Amino acid sequence: MSQRRVVVTGLGATTPLGGDVDSTWKAVLAGQSGVRLLTDDWRELLPVHFAARVATEPADQMERVEMRRLDRSEQFALIASREAWKDAGSPDELDKERLGVVIASGIGGVITLMDQFNILNEKGARSVSPHTVPMLMPNGPAANVGLELQAKAGVHTPVSACASGAEAIGYAFEMIKNNRADIVVSGGVEAACHQLPMAAFAAMKALSTRNDDPARASRPYDRDRDGFVLGEGGGILVLEEYEHAKARGAKIYCEISGQGLTSDGYHIAAPDPEGSGVQRAIKFALQNAGMTAKDIVHLNAHATSTPAGDVAEANALRKALGADADHVAVSATKSMTGHLLGGAGAIESVFLVKALQDRLAPPTINIENLDPAVTVDVVRDTPRALPAGDIAALNDSFGFGGHNVVLVFNSI
Amino acid sequence: MALAQADVLAGLKEIVEEVAGIPAASIELDKNFTEDLEVDSLSMVEVVVACEERFGVKIPDEKVTDLVTVGDAVNFIVSASN
Repeated sequence: MSQRRVVVTGLGATTPLGGDVDSTWKAVLAGQSGVRLLTDDWRELLPVHFAARVATEPADQMERVEMRRLDRSEQFALIASREAWKDAGSPDELDKERLGVVIASGIGGVITLMDQFNILNEKGARSVSPHTVPMLMPNGPAANVGLELQAKAGVHTPVSACASGAEAIGYAFEMIKNNRADIVVSGGVEAACHQLPMAAFAAMKALSTRNDDPARASRPYDRDRDGFVLGEGGGILVLEEYEHAKARGAKIYCEISGQGLTSDGYHIAAPDPEGSGVQRAIKFALQNAGMTAKDIVHLNAHATSTPAGDVAEANALRKALGADADHVAVSATKSMTGHLLGGAGAIESVFLVKALQDRLAPPTINIENLDPAVTVDVVRDTPRALPAGDIAALNDSFGFGGHNVVLVFNSI
Repeated sequence: MALAQADVLAGLKEIVEEVAGIPAASIELDKNFTEDLEVDSLSMVEVVVACEERFGVKIPDEKVTDLVTVGDAVNFIVSASN
């Protein structure tokens, strides 16, 4: 069998910067922050009073009756998938046994879990919603999208904390490569802006506490960064076998040509300061794509704005790419979106696809003083033009547990 | 004192509309919950619990399968309220 190639034919998103891809991307290029003070009373319980909630509430994008049996993470998945499917030209005539869905979430339906726990305590077991389990299960977002599209090649949910979204796209890539499917709707979502997960991340000292200036709290690579900002939303990519896409005359954004997966074996939450797992993931991803570091012009970094993580990643990038890192424009879009956890790798892959399409690397905002330990070329404040011709870019994502995922996208 | 059938029907219409999104105007006594109104088994559980709260009656689980039509539910609630 000839080598099957995989391309991107549709994009969808709902993020702290916009209710769809276009509005989100426009805000990213303009360097806007999606981080705001929380308006919930419970914020006073926490040391952190802000987060990056979605710009458009699901209630404005879907019917009330549909919403009430979906967790917020599932609502995000359906909203973004509908946009992506439409963007791909709604290929409904496809044999559904050749259609897959791989959508991740890092945490699952935690808001549903907590709400129903409160109902149990206040009103008793009989009042617990019969929809609770399908709403809280982490595979719920993928399952609901699979159901809507009638996908029958397989519906999957890889879970690897903040690497989940990228891992889902990699899984989808493999499904098409291995001839299990011709189209796979893939990505990641997260809806965890709730007092419990926020208190838990705060207890790890992982969150920024810059309560007096939320829009400047997410500041990857800045000397004074003090933690990540929790975000919510999701991103979806329609991946498709290249010949299949050409045969139906689909709009082709770019190719996804490789992935590298490794694990650290170092610590349950801290990054390996040597970053050897990240370096190996980059090496494997480039090998998998049949490329070298010379081919890479842009990288959407994981860079969450934590003191340890950003430098460990930057060091690993420098070591893995060597002198070629000098021509890689590194963007940390979490400076604007906050950290979407299981949605992060997915929305950042959407940004990578848009960057290749527009030939523009998005900016990193809020760097007032670049940390001198960061030795990669960071795109600051305004977008940077990417070269003409054949170009390739990387998205790296890491998760608590020591998961490393690197994806390679290239122009076509 | 038993609830009036018309009051129960009106309340049930509101509940089914809320739970399943069926317009109240299309909910009539002879409508079948699953076949006509597409209320699935999970949503039926919601309808039952909401009815218990609203009308102050108990609807035992073993009775739920007998409530095939809207009229069955209304009649059960009216007699249970007696």
